[in-house]
Amino acid sequence: MLEVKALKKTYGAITAVDGVSFKVSDGETIGLLGPNGAGKTTTISMLAGLLTPTAGQVLIEGRPVSGDTDPLKRQIGLVPQDLALYDEMSANDNLSLFGALYDLSGAVLRRASDEALELVGLTDRAKDKVVTFSGGMKRRLNLAAALLHDPKILLLDEPTVGVDPQSRNAIFDNLELLKKRGKTLVYTTHYMEEAERLCDRLVIVDHGKVIADDTLDNLYKLLPVTNILAIDLEETAEALNLERLNQLPEVKTVELAGRVLKAGVRNLSEDTPKVLGWLVANGYRYSHVASERANLESVFLNLTGRNLRDA
Amino acid sequence: MMTPLIALVRRDLTLFFADQRSVIMSFVAPIIIATFFGYVFGGNGGKTETSRIPVMVVNDDTGDVAKQLIANLSAEKALDVKTVSIDDARTAVRKGKATVAILIPKEFGNKAGAAFFRGENKPEIGMLFDPSRRMEMSMVQGILTGQIMQTVSKEVFGGKTGQVLAKDALAGVEKSTGMDPSTKSVLSGLLSSVEKLNALNEKDKADGKPAMSGGLSTPYTLREEAMMSGNGVVYNSYGHSFGGMGIQFILFMGIDVGIGVLLARQRGLWKRLRAAPISRGLLLGARVLSAAMIAMLILIVIFSFARVVFGVKIEGSLLGFIGICVAFSLMTATFGLLIAAIGKTPEAARGLSVLVTLLMVMLGGAWVPSFVFPQWLQKVTVLVPTRWAMDGLDAMTWRGLGFNDAIQPIGVLLLFAAVFGVVAVWQFKWEIDG
Repeated sequence: MLEVKALKKTYGAITAVDGVSFKVSDGETIGLLGPNGAGKTTTISMLAGLLTPTAGQVLIEGRPVSGDTDPLKRQIGLVPQDLALYDEMSANDNLSLFGALYDLSGAVLRRASDEALELVGLTDRAKDKVVTFSGGMKRRLNLAAALLHDPKILLLDEPTVGVDPQSRNAIFDNLELLKKRGKTLVYTTHYMEEAERLCDRLVIVDHGKVIADDTLDNLYKLLPVTNILAIDLEETAEALNLERLNQLPEVKTVELAGRVLKAGVRNLSEDTPKVLGWLVANGYRYSHVASERANLESVFLNLTGRNLRDA
Repeated sequence: MMTPLIALVRRDLTLFFADQRSVIMSFVAPIIIATFFGYVFGGNGGKTETSRIPVMVVNDDTGDVAKQLIANLSAEKALDVKTVSIDDARTAVRKGKATVAILIPKEFGNKAGAAFFRGENKPEIGMLFDPSRRMEMSMVQGILTGQIMQTVSKEVFGGKTGQVLAKDALAGVEKSTGMDPSTKSVLSGLLSSVEKLNALNEKDKADGKPAMSGGLSTPYTLREEAMMSGNGVVYNSYGHSFGGMGIQFILFMGIDVGIGVLLARQRGLWKRLRAAPISRGLLLGARVLSAAMIAMLILIVIFSFARVVFGVKIEGSLLGFIGICVAFSLMTATFGLLIAAIGKTPEAARGLSVLVTLLMVMLGGAWVPSFVFPQWLQKVTVLVPTRWAMDGLDAMTWRGLGFNDAIQPIGVLLLFAAVFGVVAVWQFKWEIDG
């Protein structure tokens, strides 16, 4: 288990991380979500031992990581945001080097390299220099380099920055496979869709502080509206009495755009029949119903009053 | 601990040899430049023909003395003498085609002979010179003075002009009223003797006998012996030039070491290295070790080239030579770390470190030997590590000195290595964020 206790990092008068605490259970995937400059990378750097915290502790299996050579560091695999690879060397040589840093050698190192390359789908490019790789391939190799010593915990600092959708999907497939294998993933991103797809739990950080730490479902429950019903009305749309509809206890928000009625509800399965029943009972016919789920963007907006990407 | 260390050293060697620019700069460039410097500064045992100093002579004197003087100057090995008009002489010196032009005035021979005894009415020899070549000008002055003394005195003590001059001088002395009687008597006797000697010379010439006097000449002969390590060993300027250029380009390699660390930090590679459970000492130690190995390899390759092609030998202690190479290599490696520790960005660090390196190389005597520096500068340069490396390599190669003479340079270089290393570790930015 990874536990972060009241972690703090200051640079003079600037506080980059201000008392961040969270726990990650074995095999769990958490998303460290926040806008640029929120303190995500600084937190990850302290977890990986690259930065000394001004205050607080990082505990792995209940023990603090102490010093550069602490064997506990072997339980961590870091995937930096940068493409931390030697372009002038082959993929194999890169992996051999990074594996050797964890004291792997000989057949063990070769097997670890082969397995890592296979996982990320680069076996056929093992002998090619990294400089000839596409951005997506480099990102995958960047991930492979963190897996050689078979760490329990993977720290992934925005591992999909700057890659095309196809490569992003490939990386996500890799991460989902690692998750199935029981790895603990700490994933920083400011892309909500990535966090929603991968993470069991989200720690939302803003201005160096944790402002929310919960499962996705529970975070949605913080919202006044979890789903928006989009109902295409027939010719009677102009006559719809929005005020009466809004008086229904199940309807939290209501909006009419042309013939499309948008009604916000908290519980999709319970509230939807009531809204549709009211429409039919009052003579409003509809031709199509769809629902839109609230997303993390909405959660962040609800928590901070600001848009995530503009924060 | 050995597995990561070996992997990190192998990485540095792989990256070094994968970079063609580094390889050319480290191996080819020093060989080319050292070959040039070695050739220019004398080559192997002075076999290289040095260029002669171009001298123009403008002769307005029709007498024998001037003709003999020009003939004697032309016979000098160091001079390339041409007789030209005054206009051509001025043009040649102004354009840098000649170092100096010697202007011999009318009646130079007669006036110089007369002034020889009485020290008055001396003729004036003009010299037009190129101000950028003062050292050559001084050398020509020295040669000219010697040749004038020899030519004029030969004429005074042996030629027809000498007879006339001695007679005129004797008449002048006898007519003189202000001279002390005893001085007058001695001088008259001297001049009478010169007159008689000249008459006797003329008679001998007429009888076909060799002349008695050859004029004034230097009252000694010179035996030169270069202080080398043994008999038959000749000075090989390639020894110095290959040492100097080796030092320069190894220091450039040291800059690349520092820049490489800064680039690794900039590219995020340092994060991956620091995330591994290895010590800071191992991370930096591997870089020092690989840099020192590359430096040693450069020294071995370029001195092997110098040995095979130019016959440069380790005339002194081989152990001392190896010791100096190892100490200098370590110093270069820690110098590289110092750049990495102090530099903020690769771009900013490169400019400053190239400047510092060139200053160290220049003050260390790698371009020109430090003995040409002013005395105060020679004293100051003992604070520059390259001076010790250069002096040590010279001592172990062409000077042929023993291991005892290598101990001090080795010690000083290791001291510099230790100081650079300590400051580098102290100043190194270990914290990585962003």
